[in-house]
This record gives sequence, structure tokens and C-alpha cells, in this order.
Amino acid sequence: MKKLLLGNEAVARGLYEYGCRVVSSYPGTPSTEITEFAATYPEIYAEWAPNEKVAVETALGASFGGVRSFSAMKHVGLNVAADPVFTASYTGVNAGLVIAVADDPGMHSSQNEQDSRNHAVSSKIPMLEPSDSAECRDFVGVAYELSEKYDTPVFLRLSTRIAHSQSLVEIRERTEQPLKPVDKNPKKYVMTPANAIPKHKFVENRTAAIREWAENCSVNTVEENGSETGVIASGTCYQYAKEALGDKVSYIKLGMVNPLPIKLISDFCKGRKKVYVVEELDPVIENHCKAHGIDVIGKELFPLCGEISSNMVKEKILGEKIESGFSISDLPVRPPVMCSGCPHRGMFYVLKKLGVFVNGDIGCYTLGGAAPLNAIDTTVCMGFSVSGLHGFLKANGESKKSVAVIGDSTFVHSGITGLINMAYNRSNGTVIVLDNSITGMTGHQQNPATGITLKGDMTTAVDLEALCKAIGINRVRVVDPQEIDVVEKVVKEELEADEPSVIIARRPCIMIKKAIINPPYKIDPEKCKKCKMCMKIGCPSLSVDPENGTVRVDATLCVGCGLCKKLCKFGAISEN
Amino acid sequence: MKTTNIMIVGVGGQGTLLASRLLGHILPGMGYDVKISEVHGMSQRGGSVVTFVRYGSEVCSPIVEKGEADYIIAFEQLEAARWLSYLKKDGKLITSSQQIDPMPVITGVRAYPESLPDRIKQAGVDELCIDVLSLAKKAGSSKAVNVVLLGVFAKLTGLSPDLFKEAIDLIVKEKFRQMNKTAFDLGYAVLQ
Repeated sequence: MKKLLLGNEAVARGLYEYGCRVVSSYPGTPSTEITEFAATYPEIYAEWAPNEKVAVETALGASFGGVRSFSAMKHVGLNVAADPVFTASYTGVNAGLVIAVADDPGMHSSQNEQDSRNHAVSSKIPMLEPSDSAECRDFVGVAYELSEKYDTPVFLRLSTRIAHSQSLVEIRERTEQPLKPVDKNPKKYVMTPANAIPKHKFVENRTAAIREWAENCSVNTVEENGSETGVIASGTCYQYAKEALGDKVSYIKLGMVNPLPIKLISDFCKGRKKVYVVEELDPVIENHCKAHGIDVIGKELFPLCGEISSNMVKEKILGEKIESGFSISDLPVRPPVMCSGCPHRGMFYVLKKLGVFVNGDIGCYTLGGAAPLNAIDTTVCMGFSVSGLHGFLKANGESKKSVAVIGDSTFVHSGITGLINMAYNRSNGTVIVLDNSITGMTGHQQNPATGITLKGDMTTAVDLEALCKAIGINRVRVVDPQEIDVVEKVVKEELEADEPSVIIARRPCIMIKKAIINPPYKIDPEKCKKCKMCMKIGCPSLSVDPENGTVRVDATLCVGCGLCKKLCKFGAISEN
Repeated sequence: MKTTNIMIVGVGGQGTLLASRLLGHILPGMGYDVKISEVHGMSQRGGSVVTFVRYGSEVCSPIVEKGEADYIIAFEQLEAARWLSYLKKDGKLITSSQQIDPMPVITGVRAYPESLPDRIKQAGVDELCIDVLSLAKKAGSSKAVNVVLLGVFAKLTGLSPDLFKEAIDLIVKEKFRQMNKTAFDLGYAVLQ
């Protein structure tokens, strides 16, 4: 039976079919749905770990324990997991271990555009790259085979366009894998220098052996169309090239992007007038070719930044300029916004009003940096807000008007260690934990602070207040971010305090079951003085009536949070 | 067979994903190769969203590019205008007349562009602009704009209404099924 599957769903299907038994991941767009779909199979134990490092260590432990295991993350998550990943390359595996990493060329939902293939090259771990959903499923099988044959973790690299595209997959049954026996084997698993030195040689030999495999394997294929022009591509770029050029050129489609074959490529290039490498982001394939004296054209034509498209391939290789017929210019943009009733809105309104320097973090609340709130001054990576605030205060001890804002999931991911640093090394900053009881931006995943597992079972929830106190923070306050008067008072008090403090702003995300939803509010146009005070919070439910300049409420969006009512000095806004 | 390119554009939260899910259910059943592509994550939070649906005998790229769309199904006027350059010269735009203010309009930095449907028509676009929101409300929910638009699309392309209704039975929760079928019929009847 053929089914239309999302790339991420197809990876999960592959995990099921090829007998994976343990999955541990941290959510990150565009990788999140792999783990969510994997959790729907009763045969697979699947969990959300607090962060990617813990997730990969869990999966590696499961591999040592004798079952096929898996971890998924976005590209920046692989940086967090890099520590175990680089040494897992040395230990190798017992049962197969596959690590999926989803890159985001074009930065649809990310803070940078790094190319994960570089991680594969530097950790010396083989990396497969599927070009549609059917390959997403199939390559999971190839990855497990390689992992067990060559004693190595294997990367599966996705990009947004593969992870979030649906295409047809022939559904198959699951093949159970026998539990691998567990042996005590310190030379393999205990990476002290004495054991790691020979292991490094093992890794180099393994790479050579896998490169040999890559010369003649099922995933690297030549499509000979008898053309003097050749194209080398992998993943979604292969699809763009194929769409643009059809059978006018010949192709090497590389299903394995590390290690890359040498002979296969040089044989393909022999006798051709021109060979193009079509790859997004870094010139990984191109540099490999050039290092081996193979003459190819790559980044002199194609950009280092952003996505490639089939129109771009047509333009660069065929010289065909694509004209679009219609356009209406100078339209207002429509950036993403915090939802109506979002509990973060009240906090950012207060922070803006107080004019403090806000160290932000990664999550829905990063949208607090957008107009009209404009209330975030830094965003770098998961956890930066807390450690960055500490450094900022060490540089500017006098001016304390700086805070960190971090969501519950991000705080557990990598904010806690920063807070320990603040307590231990005595800075007097204020960390605001925006506890909306969910991991919001990635589509509402549970986390260790919510008390519910990925599979939906009740479990222990991290007690954030007790945790902060145990770290050594004496001043821990809990507020409802909707009560903006209280929030303002508490933030002012904590900014005055001469020791580190934590404010937990607690109210559930408006999109989850626990959300507090009320009937929509209404605005009396007679009482509205058109002062637009209520518009300062950037609520998508509010707009100005172009007829008379008064503010109106979109009753289909409003969830009755009441924040606008608190700002209206004329009593024009009320519950319905 | 040549690939047909559809784009479904709107504002995050308007239900564009259900429209593509229904199409994704119907088209493979008719024997087509199909690719559907959308971006999840940040843009879904009230931002401009787009889904690409491509079907034919063999589909390579999952993306519809500028000048390639046979149909653009727009849930909102401004989004119809925003994605217009993706429409083929002889493509067809089906748009809801609904207006949703984007943040620059809400904050007063920009005004919502005036008479967009007329300007689009004047640009030479084969445009069908419909008060979809009223039809959706008539069916029972403002959220049913997606299925009303699919009804219009089905009539225009000759796709069987029964297939859509079967897909609604399979995909939509029971308590919303009848409402969605009514919404589909109201859309289908627009071009009678």
C-alpha cells in the first residue's frame, strides 16, 4: 500500500519497519515530527529528553544495551549533542544507532544556517541524505545496516524541504531485530587515552572502508542520459536539478554525503564538458571534488546562503530567466506574531515599559522582539539568556537594568547551568522563567516541567521553585503574567535586590488543553477615545476601524485574556 | 501527464493545513504521483503561510516556484496579492475576500492596501473573488473557509465531490463532519 507521508513521518516509519526500539530526542523545527510519529508505535519506546546531549547519550546507551536506537534534532541541536557524538564515533555501537539531523536552509525557523555535513566530516561519522519520503524510510534501513556492519553511529541528514514535504511511500511490515548480547568490553567502550588512541586509528580505517563502500553502493547512483553536461547533487537539490533539467543532463545522485566516493565521481566526470555541483549552503561536495583534482563548477554559480530552487538551476545552468507575469508591489509584510491571549504578551509589555535590557532565548517568546513590543535585545542560542545576562552584569555591574527571559522547556534544556553560574559566581541579575507549561514554538511538546511524557503518561514534574532554591537562589517569586500591575511591581523589586533572583511567570500557553479561554471581549465605540493605548501590546485580535478610527475586536480570534482591558483608561473594553 | 501546481496561501491559523490534507488524501487515490510541501514552525504563528501541492505522472521538486502555479487558492486578500507572482500567465486565482490585518497595519505603520481584488483583476489575472467567510459562517463556523474554498476548487477542476466527502469522513472529527460537508457544498454551488 502506498501512502502519502511527510518526510519526518517516513523516517519514523523506517524506525518502525527496521526494528528500532528506543528513541530519545529534543524537539526542534524541522525535525520534531519524527519523534512524535515514532511515539505512536507501541513497539518503540520514545521520549523527549531535556536536551539533545542527553538524548544522544540515551540513544547511545540503548545501543550499548543491545537495541537499535535513534535520536533526532535540528541542526543547532547537533551542536549541543556534539560532545557525545564525537566520542560515539570512537566507541562505535553495539546495536545500530542512527542520529537524524534536520538542517534549515533559508532559516524558516532557525537562528543560523549551519551545514550539518561539516559535523559528519569532522566527527568522521557516515551521513546519508534522502531526497524524498520513500528514501527517508529506506535510508533508515541502510543507516542501521551500515551502523552495525562498520561499528559506527550513522547520521541521517534532512533539510526543511524533505522533512516537511509529503510524498508516496510503500508501507511495509516491521522486522524485529534480535537483542544484541551485551559484553563487558572496556577497550571498546571506555574512552581513556590508552583505549582511545587505537580507537582513533580504527575510525580512520573505518572511514576508508566506508568510502570504498560508497564507490559502489545502492544509495549513490549514476543516471546516464548521454549528455556532455553532468550534475552532482543530493537530497532536495537533486529534485530541483531533475525538475529543472530533466534528462538534458546526466546525474550522480549522492545518497551518502560523507564519506564521499572518489572514483565514482571522477569516472562520471571523465569526458564531460561541464560538471555542476548543485548543493545548498557549504561547498562540501565541491571541495571534495576539487581536493581530488576533479574539475567541477559549484559556488561560483550557486549561493552559499539560503535555498536553491529549480528556477535558480534553470537560470544558472541553462541561462533561462524565469519571468513571472503578475505582481503587486509594496505590500505590508505579515511576520509571525504572538497568538491572541499569549501569556508572554503581558511580561513583554512590562519589560518594554521599564526600558530594561532583555536577554532573550529560543522559543515563541522570541516574538517579543518584534514590533510593537520590541522587547528583546539579544537572542543567540538555547540558554544564552541566563549565562549571557551573567556576563553582561559582570561587564556592567553598576547598571542592573537587565534581565533574562527564558521559557520553561528552554530553561530545563540549558538554562539551569547558567543559573548555577549566577548563584555560584554571584551576579545579581533577574531571570524570568516564562512557564507556559509546554514547548510552544515547535508545536506543543511535553517537557520535564509539564509532568506528562511524550507517550502521554503522567510523571514527575520538575519543581522549578524548589530547583532554583536548591541552586542557591533565595529570591524566587511566582507571578501571573496577565496581572501586569503585579508583574511590574515584582520586576522592579527584583531589579533593586542585591542578589540573583528568579521570577516565574506562570500561565499555560493559549493553544493547549489547560489554557484559560474566555468569551471574546468587546469595545464600546462610544467610549473609545482612539488613544490606541490597547494597540501597544500587538494583539492580533485588535485593529483600528478605518471608518471612524476606533479600535475593534475580532471575535473569531479573541480568547478573552483581558490584557487590553487593563490598558484602557476610559473603560471602553469589557467582557461580552 | 504534465504536473499540476496548486498553492494554498493564507494566514497561520486559518486552516490551510486541512485543505492540503484533504487534497493529499484524494490525489494519490486517483493514481497521481503527489508531493505536498509546507513549512511548519515559526511562520504558523499568525504569519503568511503557503502550502504547495503538485500532482502528475512524476513529480520531482516539492516546491511550486514563481510563474508556475496553475491555481492559487487564497484564504485572504493580502496573501493572494503577496503570492501573485507565483501564478502562471494562464493560471487561476480563487480568493476569499476576507481581510486580516497584519501586524504593521495593527500597529498603524501601514494601511491595509485598498481594493486589492480589483487591482489583481486589472493586472490581468483570471480571478474569482468570493465572500467565503459568509458561506463558512452559514455552514456553521468561520473556521470552515478552507472547505468552502475546496468546494469552489472541486467545481472548477471537475474533481468529484464524493471523493472530498469521503476524505472529510476519514480526516475530520465526527462532530465537525456534517458542518464541513455543508461548507463544501456551499463552495461547490458558487459556480452553478
